[in-house]
Amino acid sequence: MSFYKPKFRHPESPKNELGLTQTPYEGPISTLCAGCGHDSISAAIVQAVWGLNVEPHRVAKMSGIGCSSKSPAYFLNKAHGFNSVHGRMPSVTTGANVSNHELLYIGVSGDGDTASIGMGQFAHVMRRNLNMTYIVENNGCYGLTKGQDSATADEGSKSKKGRINPFEAIDLVALALDLGATFVARSFSGDKEQLVPLLQAAMSHKGFALIDVVSPCVTFNNHAGSTKSYDYTREHVQAGAVVDFVPVEQEITLQQDIGSTKDVPLFDGASVRLSKLNQEYDPTSRRAAVTTLMNHKAEGKLLTGLIYVDPEADNFQEMLNTSATPLNELGKDTLCPGSSALDDINQGFR
Amino acid sequence: MKPTDIRDPEYFHKVVDCQYACPAHTPVPEYIRLIGQRRYSDAYMVNWESNVFPGILGRTCDRPCEPACRRGRVEEEPVAICRLKRVAADNKDDANVAARLPQIPSDKNGKKIALIGAGPASLTVARDLMPLGYEIDLYDENAKGGGFMRSQIPSFRLPEEVLDQEVNYVTDMGVTTIYNHFVDSMAEMLGKDYDAIFVGTGAPKGKDLNIPGRAEADDSIHIGINWLESVAFEHTEQIGEKVVIVGGGNTAMDCCRTAKRIGGDEVTVTVRSTYEAMKASPWEKDDTLAEGIPILANHSPKEFVIEDGKLAAMRFAVVESSYDDNGKRTIKETGEEVTIECTDVILAIGQDNAFPWIEKDIGIEFGEWEMPVVDKETFQSTHEKVFFGGDAAFGPENIITAVAHGHQAAISIDLALHGKSITEERPAAGTNLVSTKMGIHEWAYDSAVTHDERFESAHLPIEQALSSRKIESELGFDLDTAFKEAERCLNCDVQTVFTEEKCIECDGCTDICPTNCISFVVNGEEADLRQRLSAPSLDLTQDLYVSEDLPTGRVMVKDEDVCLHCGLCAERCPTSAWDMQKYLYTVTKAGDQPAPILQEQRQPNPDKRERREKAA
Repeated sequence: MSFYKPKFRHPESPKNELGLTQTPYEGPISTLCAGCGHDSISAAIVQAVWGLNVEPHRVAKMSGIGCSSKSPAYFLNKAHGFNSVHGRMPSVTTGANVSNHELLYIGVSGDGDTASIGMGQFAHVMRRNLNMTYIVENNGCYGLTKGQDSATADEGSKSKKGRINPFEAIDLVALALDLGATFVARSFSGDKEQLVPLLQAAMSHKGFALIDVVSPCVTFNNHAGSTKSYDYTREHVQAGAVVDFVPVEQEITLQQDIGSTKDVPLFDGASVRLSKLNQEYDPTSRRAAVTTLMNHKAEGKLLTGLIYVDPEADNFQEMLNTSATPLNELGKDTLCPGSSALDDINQGFR
Repeated sequence: MKPTDIRDPEYFHKVVDCQYACPAHTPVPEYIRLIGQRRYSDAYMVNWESNVFPGILGRTCDRPCEPACRRGRVEEEPVAICRLKRVAADNKDDANVAARLPQIPSDKNGKKIALIGAGPASLTVARDLMPLGYEIDLYDENAKGGGFMRSQIPSFRLPEEVLDQEVNYVTDMGVTTIYNHFVDSMAEMLGKDYDAIFVGTGAPKGKDLNIPGRAEADDSIHIGINWLESVAFEHTEQIGEKVVIVGGGNTAMDCCRTAKRIGGDEVTVTVRSTYEAMKASPWEKDDTLAEGIPILANHSPKEFVIEDGKLAAMRFAVVESSYDDNGKRTIKETGEEVTIECTDVILAIGQDNAFPWIEKDIGIEFGEWEMPVVDKETFQSTHEKVFFGGDAAFGPENIITAVAHGHQAAISIDLALHGKSITEERPAAGTNLVSTKMGIHEWAYDSAVTHDERFESAHLPIEQALSSRKIESELGFDLDTAFKEAERCLNCDVQTVFTEEKCIECDGCTDICPTNCISFVVNGEEADLRQRLSAPSLDLTQDLYVSEDLPTGRVMVKDEDVCLHCGLCAERCPTSAWDMQKYLYTVTKAGDQPAPILQEQRQPNPDKRERREKAA
């Protein structure tokens, strides 16, 4: 059993604009099951952050509880991080974000942590449009407790023991569209060509970005009859708007050109380039997104890619006009203005 | 690209860079692992089977394996393969080794062979053919066997006991040694009742340097290889105080270090090329400099300066080397001249083959450079009974190449004398590919990669080393260091074997691979494919391992170049589509029997089999 990854790397490893190879963005060897989709997502996050030229220590990895929430241990080990209470990652991230919104906030959660115990927090963080990337590593089961169906398990999906799930699934993408998320996407852990540019676009988006990533549980939910297995997902996936993330200066092009393209500029000068399979599809329209999503669902297809984006919407900081300067950079006098300032505030309420 | 055929024995052989680069294809990682397990006699036997002279080569090999070592591509220095071989030889259990030497049949097969010259090529032929029942006469002009290994490699690099032991392992098989006998006529040899004759006489003629003063200074000018031989056989016991060596190869290094030990106070090496372009092995140059012997590069000899009728100095022109775009060298004089006082000059500027004793009308054709016409695969000359090997075949090379020639010549002789075709019926290499999996994440080899840098082998203090030409100057690795150095080996013979049908394309292997060797991409032509892999794929000498088409329409492509053989891909594979399998490749010798090590590894463990049968 290997306990560490050898230090030797490819001698010609490419470097990003900061002169860094991907090594400083990596973490120790994962202890998740071999073949877990979560590990692929970790690798995609490494590639995305490296490609965005963000220094590893300018990132904060936030998570709750579960296999998914354990995975931030295995990437960006030079970044900040907080492994919070089950389902409470959004509130901890809100606090962190308010006190320092210069960091890149990557929340990693699972279907249990988001759609069951964390549902309330998930709903509210979306409607507040907190500036963060919220990744749901969605495998439709509770892998950490031996594979019981989770709230995102599809109706009719068969468990490893052969039991059919009788309950309707919570569609996190539909929920996000309904609750006002300003960047909504879905992807698959087994398709980095799609996932990496989506992550980069989500990280460059200035509001709440949800990426629901189907991430098969190899141990408990990768059998025939499961609707979250590698095979089922590959057979039913349908890329809607395929995203190519275009940074400010250079252009990344996807391998295959599909249909026409449309650029949606993000606030910092970068943009998302969309290749559309369906000419009619407009990912800047929430109504169109909901319709397309429902249509695909009715056909038994899994719609992936960028489903909706509103790059203009005000985020939480802008709405509340919180401090633009991180609190750790404000002096003592600003942070603790003294009892006279408190008196003034209290006077204001009289 | 077409899917890689891993059943082709050469595919995985090529991945074991060191073994592939070795002329005799010694299974290097196999014996290094045995050294790591402190099984020195076993490691010695793996070597002995393949290269006949582990103790000698562990000190003197030209090491074609080390520049090929994969470790040198991921960090500064390759594994110290050569010195590890010496560890096996120095720490073997002599009784254990003696008991494992091949049995020599007392009933002979009635075929008689003459070997001319008792160097490594001839000794290898004898080693391979004696166990098959041949009668062998070994001729040499000197009093002991070993050839150039004895006459040209000084004792401070190769102690006599080591040489004697390994030469005797062969001659004690019942070889009839005819020493102190210079063969001066091939016609006469052919007239005797030999079924085959093998010529392993080396390249015995040292080059001379005809510049002004050569004749007058003759008494003080020595030809390097002759002089070394004369020292080795104690005909020469001392040299003058100021010695100039001309030449930059390994012979020059041996000459200067010998001169320093038998009277040369001021010894200087001069070479026409630059220091970097010298032919000597880098470690030989290092050892020379460490003994306080200066190496003057860019010195082209002009004249032996004679005073009072004898050699007083040597005059050199200082030159400059420049290379054109094709790497062709031009040497130009700068106009500057240097004169070095000296009492003796040793010329070590190369050696030639010479066959004055082979008559030109007996059916052995000679071609370019007065070299015999020899087949590169069979080592047969144009005379069907006469075979050549070692330096005598294609000019000066090294010991390990001579051994490789010897093995192949022995196969040819054995086939020819049994009425078989020596080109069509050569035995195929023996191979074995077996999983090292012992548990979910357990392998039968040390898969963890150590980050230690190459260890230096210890030397005697200089004063002590220079006190006698017979004291070995290098001490070799102590056992703890040997273990650590052995652990540096990346186990390139433990192959990453991919099974398409099991792969679910989860990317686990791609994500974990420290050196980004593995990619899942749409297939294409090799040049195009190399552009689209996870990491730059620049070393075109290293193969791509391409799978059959996978369900998503992509293929798995592994660039073998900098794979660390760490097993992480297999550990992170949920379906065991990757497996770490040990590949053993052995060159089959005369007699077409699998190498003992291969037989051992192919036989299932008898205890285990018994248990299994009982359980059933």
